[in-house]
Amino acid sequence: MNRTRRRKFLSGVVVTLCAGSVVLALIPLFFVFAYVLQKGFSSLNWDFFTKMPKPVGETGGGMANAMLGTVYLILIAGAFAVPVGIIAGVYLSEYGKKTFAGVVRFTADVLNGVPSIVIGIFAYGLAVLPVKHFSALAGGLALGFMMIPIITRTTEELLNLVPGSLREGSLALGATRARAAFSVMVPAALPGIMTGILVALARIAGETAPLLFTAFNNRYLSTSLLQPISSLPVQVYTYAVSPYEDWHRQAWAGALVLVAFVFFFSVLARIVTRRLERMHAK
Amino acid sequence: MKKKTPSSRRSADDRGFRLGTGFFALLVVLLVAGIFWELYRTSQLSLEKFGFKFWTGKVWDPVSGEFGALPFIWGTLYSSVLAMLISTPIAIGIAVYLSELSPRRLRTPLAFLTELLAAVPSIVYGLWGVFVLVPIVRQLQVVTPSWLKKVPLFSGPPLGVGMLSAALILAVMVIPFTSSVAREVLRAVPATQREAAYALGATRWEAIQAALRYGRTGIIGAIILGFGRAVGETMAVTMVIGNNPQVTASLYAPQYTMAAVIANEFTEAADDLYLSALIEIGLVLFVITVIINACSRLLIWSVTREVKFKPPKPVSTVAVPAAKGA
Repeated sequence: MNRTRRRKFLSGVVVTLCAGSVVLALIPLFFVFAYVLQKGFSSLNWDFFTKMPKPVGETGGGMANAMLGTVYLILIAGAFAVPVGIIAGVYLSEYGKKTFAGVVRFTADVLNGVPSIVIGIFAYGLAVLPVKHFSALAGGLALGFMMIPIITRTTEELLNLVPGSLREGSLALGATRARAAFSVMVPAALPGIMTGILVALARIAGETAPLLFTAFNNRYLSTSLLQPISSLPVQVYTYAVSPYEDWHRQAWAGALVLVAFVFFFSVLARIVTRRLERMHAK
Repeated sequence: MKKKTPSSRRSADDRGFRLGTGFFALLVVLLVAGIFWELYRTSQLSLEKFGFKFWTGKVWDPVSGEFGALPFIWGTLYSSVLAMLISTPIAIGIAVYLSELSPRRLRTPLAFLTELLAAVPSIVYGLWGVFVLVPIVRQLQVVTPSWLKKVPLFSGPPLGVGMLSAALILAVMVIPFTSSVAREVLRAVPATQREAAYALGATRWEAIQAALRYGRTGIIGAIILGFGRAVGETMAVTMVIGNNPQVTASLYAPQYTMAAVIANEFTEAADDLYLSALIEIGLVLFVITVIINACSRLLIWSVTREVKFKPPKPVSTVAVPAAKGA
């Protein structure tokens, strides 16, 4: 029975190691959150949200322009990425068995893995190189390109959760496929699709790399499509690598705002998806 | 107005719908093709001037117009491989625990927490790396015994920033990607695999081994997917790796990666050749990550798809009629 005991012992060791690895992965998560919360909250003040950056060397000021800039960039990105992503997702869910759909699905997944900095170079080539200056438009394009595959795949997945009998029912009543898709299937999956969009927004809201040389940065409040614009992640980066104590403080505050934003949307998405799954599981 | 039967109009409508939505789906494919074409076009200058020498040259000197990208390739591969060595066992452990071992009640919250690791923006990891991780690593380097410092792996002054910090932070960032896909793969492994193992008297670990072996192609895919993430990761690495183009095995030495050099120098690239050289690095980064992601998707799909389309028959339905017949 010695052998059996050894096998059982080994099994116990491995089980413990597996549980241990979960704990091991949660330690950095805990530390990152703890630091961001602690450092962020102590640095966050009303000025941070309402004031513009102070000149180099002066303490105080805030990131009002950067926060508005991020919202502005997200709006530009969403304006073209949301319709493209949703309609492409509708195609995948309606004609999912075709070879072409397989190719699109595959490409979307591959595109999702392309480094954001490469997408930044692409947007640079499209919108900065021809006019020779950085612009909010270029930044929005870069972020939008990153959103498209995420929205496409979530829309498809959530549409597939809607029972096919709904489509069949509307087709039997004489609806065209377009009608069945856009008036029956999409509305049924709408809460999910909305969350899919929010998740994509949360994913790109913290993106820094593709903005460094597209939207660049701007010390002033700007709403022009064709001017460089400030964004929260880029501002956090600039402040983090600067030698000034007060800028480090503001970088932590910016990080806290970013993390809060991402966390909020992740939790929201989780809740809505679970509810949808449960609703259609019956 | 042309006379049309309702049914022919309907089929025309349906074709319009298919082609219309199909066009938007095509845009996704065109986007990838467009990225390749644009990067290829704008890196012509550097491609023509240096050819293959670009990838073997060790000197990166924008002032004299000499561009060799070997240190960046080295830094990217070295940091990613190190990150995978650290993160893979942990990620697989998480996947096994969450899909095979954990109590049902803990499963969802734990999965959510580990996936939250992927939601934290890269810049936040970078900030944390600069102000928290780097000082810890520096302390570690200071207390390294001198006999160990003679080993090339641990040589160099205690700077804090460098390969070790980059690999550690990359490992943390990559874990959720590998673990969530590996979990998906394990979930696709039919329960019969484990049941059969248990029926033969296997211990828990032996049953897990059976499941892992069944899904091994998908697990490899998950690991490769994590590798692709590590290769393309930019901000956090840029902030902690030290940004010094050199080819060295030392974990303590500041080095540079492909993504980091683009992030740092793109806006400074004054002349066309410099810019074109940076874009060529981007082009190669794009090609590498596309290949990596394509491979990993195919491997993952080969496991998860197979099961989705051909659900294995539950043992009971096979066994019951046979028992009745006998």
